Amino acid sequence: MLLLALDTATPAVTVALHDGEAVVASSGQVDARRHGELLLPAVDRVLAAAGVKLDAVTGIVVGTGPGPYTGLRVGLMTADTFGLALGVPVYGVCTLDGLAYAADIEKGPFVVATDARRKEVYWATYADSRTRLTGPAVDRPADIAERVAGLPAVGAGALLYPDTFPQAHEPEHVSAAALASLAAEKLAAGEELEEPRPLYLRRPDAQVPKNYKVVTPK
Amino acid sequence: MADEPLVLGIETSCDETGVGIVRGTTLLADAVASSVDEHARFGGVVPEVASRAHLEAMVPTIDRALKEAGISARDLDGIAVTAGPGLAGALLVGVSAAKAYAYALGKPLYGVNHLASHICVDQLEHGPLPEPTMALLVSGGHSSLLLSSDITSDVRPMGATIDDAAGEAFDKIARVLNLGFPGGPVIDRYAREGDPKAIAFPRGLSGPRDPAYDFSFSGLKTAVARWIEAKRAAGEEVPVRDVAASFQEAVVDVLTRKAVRACKDEGVDHLMIGGGVAANSRLRALAQERCEAAGIRLRVPRPKLCTDNGAMVAALGAEMVARNRAASDWDLSADSSLPVTDPHVPGNGHGHSHDHVHEVSKENLYS
Ligand SMILES: [Zn+2]
Repeated sequence: MLLLALDTATPAVTVALHDGEAVVASSGQVDARRHGELLLPAVDRVLAAAGVKLDAVTGIVVGTGPGPYTGLRVGLMTADTFGLALGVPVYGVCTLDGLAYAADIEKGPFVVATDARRKEVYWATYADSRTRLTGPAVDRPADIAERVAGLPAVGAGALLYPDTFPQAHEPEHVSAAALASLAAEKLAAGEELEEPRPLYLRRPDAQVPKNYKVVTPK
Repeated sequence: MADEPLVLGIETSCDETGVGIVRGTTLLADAVASSVDEHARFGGVVPEVASRAHLEAMVPTIDRALKEAGISARDLDGIAVTAGPGLAGALLVGVSAAKAYAYALGKPLYGVNHLASHICVDQLEHGPLPEPTMALLVSGGHSSLLLSSDITSDVRPMGATIDDAAGEAFDKIARVLNLGFPGGPVIDRYAREGDPKAIAFPRGLSGPRDPAYDFSFSGLKTAVARWIEAKRAAGEEVPVRDVAASFQEAVVDVLTRKAVRACKDEGVDHLMIGGGVAANSRLRALAQERCEAAGIRLRVPRPKLCTDNGAMVAALGAEMVARNRAASDWDLSADSSLPVTDPHVPGNGHGHSHDHVHEVSKENLYS
């Protein structure tokens, strides 16, 4: 097994290679505005560091978000196209599940929250690092304060809103290494992984043009 | 010819997911998935809806193009993609796909200009482009007059719209007449049964002191809307066919007059017309008439090649390969305002190298 994992659902552009036993190489950069530029060179570097070519990969793992759409699509489109070109399966993993895994908490419950912008967070709750209880959902921190009261929390969304998440701590960003490890563990256990489809959670902003405006002065 | 470059092109600058395959100047496949129906109720293209549709449609459309062409992806000589101009988020989906595909197949990548592609596509219909060629590009997104002496390296803007694109004017007038979206085809259809001389609508920027090659359709749009409103206010029936024909005549009159004038002024004896509005039957007829009178040869590709598609991107990519232009780097990004003077985005030669390996550790950088 040789899995290439990538995630661009958050400001982090992260890539990792996992051989079924352990992470072989990984890369992570945080730059919310340059997912498109950074991802492929990062893939190239990770493969070079591991001394393998892309066609040795037996599966692609991609973070499905939730996340701001434009960046999220970079990872999904890249993963889909790799899958097509190489003829290998593409597996989706919820980005928040990757963060929960990296948090390495054996006994929850705890919260994972990322920044959804517009003063909202994407969030989910977990019983332990491998078991999601609720979500993912998108909400304003104040609106979920009661539901997450007293729970430890991880992720940039939690660190951003200390009023709602007073017990927020690291990890701040998702890592493809965690996604790859989680996926490898599930595959080894014979579990089904998700489809590589984007978790947008919001409908597109579609301004319906107002009724035709009369231009003749009254 | 088997030794001509075999190139796959990807186009996602607006609402069409296009994947085309060409061998040199021969069209092998032109697969297009459109999200136009999803935008119809909004009366215009909604960027996020278009981007979501591109992601969904990309892999099936690539598959379809490969089957249509009857080739294996391994045989390709390069992958071309629209790097700009266009909707930023939509472009990024195509650029991501093209980069991943080129990288996975070990093929050179060519990020190319959408407007130059609109010109180059005519090679698939009428053979190699004469050099120089004058091009009139008219669609919902662009109205430009361009002069090219080499489509891979030299595209010079002669003029452009100073307000609305020609296609936008068609959409808006169709909306005023309650004819739906997109406006181009339906206005064309009604205009065929109308009188183009029935109403004298204004010709924008046509005065002696106006810029010779620029266009303006905003004043025309307002004039048409006012005329219709006056009829409605007077309780009279709006003669939809005559309005469509007279409006359309005002648009194509200015477009063809300025294009022919630019050819004469520059001593260019070939005019090509591209973009979605080039499918307009009256534009084709009037351009033909005026070009013939001026001794200019007119080249207009068939309608399906005039609207946005992947074949036009592949056509320009093939020309880049044939003329040994530098491939793009792996950090190629979408540029929503890529200047028309950049037919492609050449790399600096470092994009395919393996430097910066030291940035990668065996440890996760976050831990
Ligand atoms: Zn176009």
